[in-house]
Amino acid sequence: MTSSALAPPVSGAGALRHHPLVVRYAPIVIIILALVAIWYIASVLMNLSLVRGGFERDETPYTVSDLIAGTMSAERPLLPAPHQVIAAFTDSVFGYAPTAPRSLVYHSAVTLSATLLGFVLGALLGIGLALMIVHSRVLEKSLLPWIICSQMVPILALAPIFIVVLGAMGLQGLLPKSIISAYLCFFPITIGMVKGFTAPDPMQLDLMRTWSATSRQVLSKLRWPTAVPYLFASLKVAISISLIGAIVAELPTGGEAGIGARLLAGSYYGQTIQIWSALLASAILASGLIGLVDLAERMVGSRMGARP
Amino acid sequence: MNDAADATAESGSTPQRLAVDIRNVSLTFETGDGKVDALSNVSLRIAHGEFVSFIGPSGCGKTTLLRVIADLQQPTAGSLLVNGMSAEQARLERRYGYVFQAPALFPWRTIEKNLKLPLEIMGFSESEQRQRAARYLALVNLTGFERKFPWQLSGGMQQRVSIARALSFDPAMLLMDEPFGALDEIVRDHLNEQLLQLWDKTGKTVLFVTHSIPEAVFLSTRIVVMSPRPGRIIDVIDSNFPRHRTLEIRETPEFLKIAQRVRVGLRAGHAYDE
Repeated sequence: MTSSALAPPVSGAGALRHHPLVVRYAPIVIIILALVAIWYIASVLMNLSLVRGGFERDETPYTVSDLIAGTMSAERPLLPAPHQVIAAFTDSVFGYAPTAPRSLVYHSAVTLSATLLGFVLGALLGIGLALMIVHSRVLEKSLLPWIICSQMVPILALAPIFIVVLGAMGLQGLLPKSIISAYLCFFPITIGMVKGFTAPDPMQLDLMRTWSATSRQVLSKLRWPTAVPYLFASLKVAISISLIGAIVAELPTGGEAGIGARLLAGSYYGQTIQIWSALLASAILASGLIGLVDLAERMVGSRMGARP
Repeated sequence: MNDAADATAESGSTPQRLAVDIRNVSLTFETGDGKVDALSNVSLRIAHGEFVSFIGPSGCGKTTLLRVIADLQQPTAGSLLVNGMSAEQARLERRYGYVFQAPALFPWRTIEKNLKLPLEIMGFSESEQRQRAARYLALVNLTGFERKFPWQLSGGMQQRVSIARALSFDPAMLLMDEPFGALDEIVRDHLNEQLLQLWDKTGKTVLFVTHSIPEAVFLSTRIVVMSPRPGRIIDVIDSNFPRHRTLEIRETPEFLKIAQRVRVGLRAGHAYDE
């Protein structure tokens, strides 16, 4: 800030190049533009035979520019062009009332609620298991193998079983999806928090001992605060996993509502554009959720004296 | 405070009130390549109000001895009494404050809250906590730093906070394990003087581990010279300078004589080994 204020004024393109906004955002913009360009080229290449086949079947004469235009406006392209995805996305976000079954906002909200509930359940389970593991070596030996095993079974195989069993118990809708999501996301939290709870410096532990602190005081005044950075690192992993869990859990329910249902319906009917706009929605959700965890981390960090 | 009670408890066995009474203490570690005798048949009696330094090369068991007194480690043989009770009892009754090589402050707590931590754990009232934090910060000349976080202070200041923290619950004894080892000479001299004043003012018993000869001679009423493999006491030297002493005494012949005797003791311990 001070250096730019003190620097002599530069004129023309040079000034623009050194403008703080340009310095900060130019690399990001360049990367995005490059990705979009690659996407366009890929969609032309991938949809080319499809479009040419269409022209030849109708026996209409076509030019190269007709072909290229066709690859970017096909109704069911192999790879939709970015502007098609954006158009479908904005249409399904803003084109309908947020409660309409065709609205992407509605589906995102359904998935989001399962994600958040699953995340909270998973975080509680993960922290609880970590506490038990840190508390006793017997529990560590008996619990940890099962915890690791639980993550080796593919969730795609487990999800239908969960849904059916929980359905038979009378649980439907939000809760079964959240449980699957929690099942996936507790794991990084357990591993992270076991590490965090055992991270205090031996000297700090000795100090607590010289003050003859109870183990509860050691937990609340030393182990917990030490574990906070580990907590946020694992929460960031966990929240994106719990979103994936919620989407996967929506697949075997037959696709009533949610981003998973949109993906499933899109693949049933070959609606690639719908699939891509659902993917875009989930990407936006995931980055929003991670952003929230990040914000919480920074707020907690500043209260706990983190260096700026 | 409860001097009367202590005196009657101890008057039967010992004529003088002892802060620490170590009798034939040994401590053996089992390591990968055999046994290590960290302490071998160590006996030492320390009266209340003494300032005792432990000096010796690394591996001589001086830190281990301090940890045994603090009940952070248990001896494999022998017995010891701290303040007339077992080491564990003394720890549970919070009879000593411990200062480590590093400040070991809790980085998520402000300086004031770091000082309050032992007080919180010991259940002092909120107003008492605030009073004591202010009093002991003033004692180590750190008033005005209450709301800073540890990383905003220099190493010497952090170590002063950790000394204030060890004093904050007013223990009768201060155990210090190379508290100034990581600091530069100038800061160290300054803190040595401050520590002496503190000892003079409070009349606490101080047990001080160091590997600096001038530091040991300058600070102590007695110097315990130790030697490694097995860790043992090879000499105990009285150093009878007045309680008020300044850094200038380091130039006196008396001081140099004691320092020389410490040095000879240390060398003898080494020769035994090589």
